Amino acid sequence: MANLHHRIADWFSSRGWAPRPHQLAMLEQGLAGNSALLISPTGGGKTLAGFLTTLQELAGPHDTDGIHTLYISPLKALAVDIARNLEAPVKEMGLPVSIETRTGDTPQSRRARIRSRPPDILITTPEQVSLMVADPAAAHLLRNLRTIIIDELHAIVTSKRGVLLSLALSRVRSHAPGVRVFGLSATVADPDALRAWLAPTGAPPVALITGAPGASPDLHILQSEERVPWSGHSSRYAVKDIYEAVKRHRMSLIFVNTRSQAELLFRELWEVNDDTLPIALHHGSLDVGQRCKVEAAMAANTLKAVVATSTLDLGIDWGDVDLVVQVGAPKGSSRMLQRIGRANHRLDEASKALLVPSNRFEVLECEAAVEAVRENAQDTEYPMVLKLDVLAQHIMGRAVAGPFAADHLYAEVKGAFTFRNLPRELFDQTLDYVATGGYALKSYERYAKLRREPNGLWRLSHPRLAQQYRLNIGTIVEEEMIKVRIARIRTVMGKRVATGGFVLGELEEWFIAQLSVGDTYLFAGQVLRHEGIDEFGALATRAPGRDPKVPSYQGGKFPLSTFLASRVRRILSDPSRWGGLPSQVRDWLSTQRWASVLPSESQMLVETFPRADKFYMVCYPFEGRLAQQTLGMLLTRRLERWGARPLGFVASEYALVVWGVRDMGAMIAGGRLSLARLFDEDMLGDDLEAWLAESNLMKRTFRNVAIIAGLIERRLPGKEKTTRQMTVNTDLIYDALRSHQPDHVLLRAAWDDAAEGLIDIHRLGALLKRIKNQILHRDLERVSPLAVPVLLEIGRESIQGSADDALLAEAAEQLMDEAQRLV
Amino acid sequence: MMPFSPKLPSNSWMRPSGLSKLHAISLAGLSFQPHLSGALYAPDLAALLVADLHLEQGSALARRGISVPPFDTGLTLAALEAVVEETQPASIYLLGDSFHDAKGHSFLDESIAVRLSRLFSPRETIWITGNHDPEPKQNLGGTHVGQARLGPITLRHIPSGKLSTPEIAGHLHPGAGIVQRGHLVRGKCFVADTRRIILPAFGAYTGAISVRGRAFDGLLETERASVYLLAREKMYRFPYGRVS
Repeated sequence: MANLHHRIADWFSSRGWAPRPHQLAMLEQGLAGNSALLISPTGGGKTLAGFLTTLQELAGPHDTDGIHTLYISPLKALAVDIARNLEAPVKEMGLPVSIETRTGDTPQSRRARIRSRPPDILITTPEQVSLMVADPAAAHLLRNLRTIIIDELHAIVTSKRGVLLSLALSRVRSHAPGVRVFGLSATVADPDALRAWLAPTGAPPVALITGAPGASPDLHILQSEERVPWSGHSSRYAVKDIYEAVKRHRMSLIFVNTRSQAELLFRELWEVNDDTLPIALHHGSLDVGQRCKVEAAMAANTLKAVVATSTLDLGIDWGDVDLVVQVGAPKGSSRMLQRIGRANHRLDEASKALLVPSNRFEVLECEAAVEAVRENAQDTEYPMVLKLDVLAQHIMGRAVAGPFAADHLYAEVKGAFTFRNLPRELFDQTLDYVATGGYALKSYERYAKLRREPNGLWRLSHPRLAQQYRLNIGTIVEEEMIKVRIARIRTVMGKRVATGGFVLGELEEWFIAQLSVGDTYLFAGQVLRHEGIDEFGALATRAPGRDPKVPSYQGGKFPLSTFLASRVRRILSDPSRWGGLPSQVRDWLSTQRWASVLPSESQMLVETFPRADKFYMVCYPFEGRLAQQTLGMLLTRRLERWGARPLGFVASEYALVVWGVRDMGAMIAGGRLSLARLFDEDMLGDDLEAWLAESNLMKRTFRNVAIIAGLIERRLPGKEKTTRQMTVNTDLIYDALRSHQPDHVLLRAAWDDAAEGLIDIHRLGALLKRIKNQILHRDLERVSPLAVPVLLEIGRESIQGSADDALLAEAAEQLMDEAQRLV
Repeated sequence: MMPFSPKLPSNSWMRPSGLSKLHAISLAGLSFQPHLSGALYAPDLAALLVADLHLEQGSALARRGISVPPFDTGLTLAALEAVVEETQPASIYLLGDSFHDAKGHSFLDESIAVRLSRLFSPRETIWITGNHDPEPKQNLGGTHVGQARLGPITLRHIPSGKLSTPEIAGHLHPGAGIVQRGHLVRGKCFVADTRRIILPAFGAYTGAISVRGRAFDGLLETERASVYLLAREKMYRFPYGRVS
């Protein structure tokens, strides 16, 4: 405490506080000019720990020319919140420190003020940092920069936002070589990856400072008298129990995994809400105004419960939450810990959480999550690296800032952790793409965006491109959304005429597109009647009744983490671990042991059995829906080739079922089908490539890459209607590129993304390796207890993949059938 | 549920060829065969109709700083060559917006210009002007007109609000979606009623807008209109009311 500035020290003691050890450790590192990573649970005074060095330096006489500290947060709302929580102590300490906030919403006039009179501390978002370094005035703004604080680092580094930020950081370091970087993070499994991320390539990882752990959370799985459903994602059975829990607490935060689950649960809670408790709804599709209202009510403690999606996962201290309810499986232990941390933002009190599984496999998953949380064990998530679409955006930004030499930029890019292994060849290809599109056909050179001058420097070819860059910055590509407004209905000459009123929120375009006038659906907590679409979006009226005609069905959004999956397999294999499970789930597993078998932890069970006029094969990889969908696609191709005549498949989070015309059990018994060969790792070769290249997943991935890399422009609000006819169709561009130039840098970027994300190749590869010689087959006379949940998913699941023609043929045939019935 | 197709579609960028005799459209006593490429063939008159080629769309975008791959003109032309090869028409009617903008034809590569002339010079070619390409393209041969007649039918670029004669037009880039098992499948389409046919955009990069959208308000007899949806391998016909 000796070297703490007296105003700061006085502030602590006037409140009867003392700086915590990790806060002082951060100060010590900071004053020595070092960077550091602080890992600390929520409520540990993390933010102040990050700012203490800054306040100490600014408390004394200091240079007021340029920004001293840049605070970067992934959430816009969080940045505003911190400004509030930082401004208050600064004022109370009486420090001469100026603070400004700059986000995407900051008006032009404020930005101009920040440029001409830079504040000591600037609170901002990752995208804004990229915009700042693309500003020709960046060198001036940043030349006295001493500190960068990155909050929620663990959340940023696993996404493309993190990749973009790490490039911007490398650029900032060129302007301010001595800058220290502080990362603030929740507990992670591998802090070393974050320590390396914060340091420039070649420098040692930054110092690690760990805050005291919080009290262990008080975590329970709901023990309901009701029957836990076999499958599905509705938690209707538990609504009364959840409601009772809400009644017993001051304020509950109820997390679900998807927007549609949030809508459903919200409505069901209101149906049992006999005491008309104030229960609200919060998800990303709702109108900002409505969301703000809910947030304000939470902060004022006037709500009893809020049903929310991941929009409330991070950061902000929203009032007196004393219970967190997780409905549906938590999917990963880190996410679970983060959500539990929302209850009781005070370190020394245990957070209280209730888990509500929505089906039987989820009971096992919740049990695994409880074990993991008790041990404070985390999923391992690695920082995302080497994204060429992001690099392309950064190169364009670099050109917007001024002319550059390729060698110099390459060195700077390699200085970022995320591109430390970038080969020069890939850099050159990406630069070539930014300059002219990088096409084999050189017809675009006359339209080049970047030109190389005689002195070797690359320069923007037209100032208009700078504006284009600014409008299209960022790595978040939203689904195409349509605004939903409440319509006023008038009758004009006997016809219903709908005109738009206030905005309820936004829905995915594909969802709106499938509605006909008169269809009802659930949104913003109410049943709505679709009234049509006008140039501003969809129109709706409030509909009577409670059952919407069109369900907005989405599967789980987050895949089951590898870490939890292996725990689930362990619980399943070992009856001595079933003690905590509800009796109906124990009975289910015991029956499975009797009717078929329970595999050991390392084995994968495959069951075959006939049912009605078809034959089924079910396997249980427990590797999440994405990886298993890919597996299903590849298995059916193989089975087709080997004459097993498969008809279709469905993947759940835990199991995969394939059905077909021939008895696969008999084929295996007769030696005509080898499971070892069927699940051989070589399936990840040509079949995968051929299927993926044609799939809609790949086209969607390509669209995102094309937008981030600046190949096509984002659809900006207000612009989309007039340009829609002219907008190029990315699917067609994808096809053209694939046939003419399969080695194009954007195709490579899209392939990498798909392999990591949508189809989970790495995980599938790990699975195939794991089950080599570990396949346990049972040929059964009928469906086994374990297979029931995935069989129930058949027909419920919306389809994916590249079967467009098959679907259209089916739709046309159905019409024919109807027509013939009429004759 | 995931039905899967065991057959790998090959060269998906190449439009599978195929006139649809099954889905022949009749208008003003003439019979037309829609082609999976988006062209329309009138066998009685040996006439081929295409709309909205948007040639040089890629270079037009590149001039605005959006460097999409420069393959569109080649692809569009290859598709047109294929359907001409298949149908061997005596005349070709281009229903406007043949070039993405007025300057488009001056950006043609030498090799493309040669292919165009090889395609159009042996047969009667009628260029109808569109809103994107209002000026005639002298150097490409053929006849340039504001609108044309095909027997009793008027051919024009923009569908007219009030019809006095039957009409075939383009301009709107019609598209449609079918929802089956909760999954939306979308594509370009022909849309036709008893008085008019609107052609899909033929250009390789052109998008589509829904025939249920505002742009089509008042143009179609919705009770009688049919949609001919172009999928990868085949064409599918649906009543207007079935599509979204």
